[in-house]
Amino acid sequence: MSAMSNVTAIQRCNDFVVKFANVNGSGSASANELFARAIIRMGVTVTPRNIFPSNIQGLPTWYEMRISDAGWRGSRGSCDLMVAMNPQTWDRDIAEIEPGGYLFYDSTKPLPRSKFRDDITVLGVPLTEICNREYSDLRQRQLFKNVMYVGALTALLDMEMAAVEKLISDQYRGKDKLISANFNALKLGYEYAKANLPCPIGLRIEHADSVGDNIFVNGNDACGLGAVYGGATVAAWYPITPSTSVIEAFTSYCRKYRTDPDNGAARYAIVQAEDELASIGMVIGASWNGARAFTATSGPGISLMQEFFGLAYFAEIPAVIFDVQRGGPSTGIPTRTQQSDLLSCAYASHGDTKHVLLFPEDPYECFSLGAQAFDLAERLQTPVFVMLDLDIGMNERLCKPFDWDDQRRYDRGKVMSYEELEAGKDFGRYLDVDGDGIPYRTIPGTHPTRGAFFTRGTSRNAYAKYSEMGEDYVYNMERLRRKFDTAKTLVPTAILREASGPSRFGVIYYGSTSPAMDEAFADLEGRGIHVNTLRVRSFPFGEDVLDFIAGHEYVFVVEQNESAQMRTLLINEGEIDPKRLVRVLHYDGTPITARFIANKIADALDERKVSPIRKQVAS
Amino acid sequence: MTYLAKPKLFRPDTPKNALGYTRRDYEGAISTLCAGCGHDSISAAIVQASFDLDIEPHRVAKLSGIGCSSKTTDYFLGNSHGFNSVHGRMPSVLTGAALANRDLIYMGVSGDGDSASIGIGQFAHAMRRGVNMTYIVENNGVYGLTKGQFSATADKGSKSKRGVINNDTPIDLVALALQLGATYVARSFSGDKEQLVPLIKGALRHHGAAFIDVLSPCVTFNNHAGSTKSYDYVREHNEAVNRIDVILPHDPISASYPPGSLRRVVQHDGSILLLRKLGADYDPSDRIEAMNHLHERHALGEIVTGLLYVDESAEDLHRHLNTVEKPLNQLRDAYLCPGSKALDALNASLR
Repeated sequence: MSAMSNVTAIQRCNDFVVKFANVNGSGSASANELFARAIIRMGVTVTPRNIFPSNIQGLPTWYEMRISDAGWRGSRGSCDLMVAMNPQTWDRDIAEIEPGGYLFYDSTKPLPRSKFRDDITVLGVPLTEICNREYSDLRQRQLFKNVMYVGALTALLDMEMAAVEKLISDQYRGKDKLISANFNALKLGYEYAKANLPCPIGLRIEHADSVGDNIFVNGNDACGLGAVYGGATVAAWYPITPSTSVIEAFTSYCRKYRTDPDNGAARYAIVQAEDELASIGMVIGASWNGARAFTATSGPGISLMQEFFGLAYFAEIPAVIFDVQRGGPSTGIPTRTQQSDLLSCAYASHGDTKHVLLFPEDPYECFSLGAQAFDLAERLQTPVFVMLDLDIGMNERLCKPFDWDDQRRYDRGKVMSYEELEAGKDFGRYLDVDGDGIPYRTIPGTHPTRGAFFTRGTSRNAYAKYSEMGEDYVYNMERLRRKFDTAKTLVPTAILREASGPSRFGVIYYGSTSPAMDEAFADLEGRGIHVNTLRVRSFPFGEDVLDFIAGHEYVFVVEQNESAQMRTLLINEGEIDPKRLVRVLHYDGTPITARFIANKIADALDERKVSPIRKQVAS
Repeated sequence: MTYLAKPKLFRPDTPKNALGYTRRDYEGAISTLCAGCGHDSISAAIVQASFDLDIEPHRVAKLSGIGCSSKTTDYFLGNSHGFNSVHGRMPSVLTGAALANRDLIYMGVSGDGDSASIGIGQFAHAMRRGVNMTYIVENNGVYGLTKGQFSATADKGSKSKRGVINNDTPIDLVALALQLGATYVARSFSGDKEQLVPLIKGALRHHGAAFIDVLSPCVTFNNHAGSTKSYDYVREHNEAVNRIDVILPHDPISASYPPGSLRRVVQHDGSILLLRKLGADYDPSDRIEAMNHLHERHALGEIVTGLLYVDESAEDLHRHLNTVEKPLNQLRDAYLCPGSKALDALNASLR
């Protein structure tokens, strides 16, 4: 350990950031996750984020762990302890450590003094040397190096070895050989640290109870589960990061919950399509035929599916699309997060189209809104997009446990039955019978002589007959607009949070921005800056969203894209004066942070030379 | 005009099938295609085949892409649900529909532009997957709706109406279907109803991916001298390998044939295909031979027609996916939703 010259070492318990710099494909991810889970087992809230390359082996990857007893789950930025295991990124990793922070590294090979900083505490463990001594197998040397640093960190952070050991035992239940090998590596690291390093350092983990009954799960997994609970029977997809694991989760949950106990047959069908066009085509075909169907994709897939979205919109066929957003345009920054598909989904396809979007904030909502999407799609007979992103989708997150009301029945929407057709009920596929813009449909094969109709993307009259008459076309377009108005009353409402004091200023945010916004709100309150916030959960916007904007002089719109896409939607759909909507944009591919939001808002208010706390809301 | 109702005339002597339906019950809206279009003959053949097979019209779902051929799904089986989807993407929509309800009969109708040009990818993958369907391409070598451009099946050297010679190598969808694993592959000619109707019947009773390429001349844009897809050219170069009769399980086999000239193929559903050999000895159960024969004859300038390949033990996509017998679109909530207890257990495992 080298001593620090001029800065006091950080002293914090249950509130700091650890970052692991690794090489991808080296098996580090599972060791890092093991460490995060061990801390959670001690009752401390941990939010890990895997920052990975579009690559399988050899490129830099980071695993950032926000440890916060206060429960903050957003990315904080910088780190207090860097576990620097990747020589390729050494310089930038060292630079990222907070003054007074700690550096943990593999000290097998001596490094010149110039490679370190003098305002941090350096903790070296000769991991490679110990591994080479203990293991002869090359793969083992690499894998156990990871477990070994987990052991050393356990000692350094004053954690209980038993908690980590218990986790390993749970994880490898029934594989005793693996358990003892992992225990051994863990112990090697632990004991080396105890003997050679100043354990514990200023950063410590203590037992706490901020985890409660929360579950630790990622959003893609929750989406797959939501699709099972939502009654999806057909999934068609094409592999694309970061959405692939939605289907993997759906597959494994289907195997578990949807396998016929009598004969092992599948109560689901999953097809890996040849491309995204075929994926959405299959979804539309299955939905047209009365099954609940979905696909999962990301930006480039959304681009490819555009023509089909228009068909589903105009021919009025349900479809659920999980869009796990990543950085665009084009291939963009494919393993980083963004909220940049709003416009390409909201107005997907040529002609006059509008689509329903849902914005889950965490895995809990990926599940609940994911399941609800199927009801909405069938009720509205239109595509519904569940807009999560890589940050929620691919990272494990502590969230509320999933819940389900067993009294709940699927809303299959307006489907005319055999009995209704037999009774002679008038059937016009595109007829607005109830005045809500939603017509009735029939499922193929229902009745021998009644209710068959021809589905097409071309203009038609209310009875689904081909028509190029202007009045038929306009009737249909006006009905579609009415249907979209009906959608406003069915989609999840926005969530309001009021500041502790009166404010003329509002903040609108959505999706994965939630945890950073929660913390920024508390931060701003602490600085005496009061802003009311509204978390938008869906598009089209309900009256609540427009009322919120109307009730504030300025509204900050916080987003993770470059062109302020939510703001554009608000201006366009709510006819809002653009001057009243202030952009707060974060789009470098990393998750937005509380610091960023709070500083942007504070600076903007400062620039406007206003002091919100002393002014009353204009009535 | 399709929005005009077709007059319904009933004569007491109109023949009825086992379900009590007349041929008229299998017709659709009035065609808007050009008079003499080969596609209308194919629609008529589909009507005849469905009537002969006693198919309940509402148990058929007919799907198509975009183009003249794709419009035809409106002109037959008016009591069936139809879906005129997106250009070149019928195969995926049909695949999805077939996944949702394995009990319906799926008929995909497409054209050479729709399947060999813009949609060749989806065509290929639907064949690979063994979707249980009858996929008919109404092949005329040109884009009709946009007035006569060559399609990807136009032969090299073929002349367009404006006198342009096609220099691109044609795509043979039959050769592709064979290579890609289709389990019932045929070629026919819209001008040969006697050959076409039984081929469609055999395909409708086939349990797997059935593909029929039907040469169907475009009277407006591709029926002139110098075209290789004209009525005259196809008639002159048509080399049928066999003629088939489709015998349903309950039908008596009454026809008599000279010994040695007949081959029996029993399909999955018990229907029997009786194949009468024509000319050279041809074995339709041999995929490799089918491909060789096709290429050899093509090199001689002949158009090989007939049932070129059939796999008696065909399997379909549902079999591969091991889906439940009951159609997925009829599974009720209780069969789909694991409920709150399962969720509680799952929550516990995520702590």
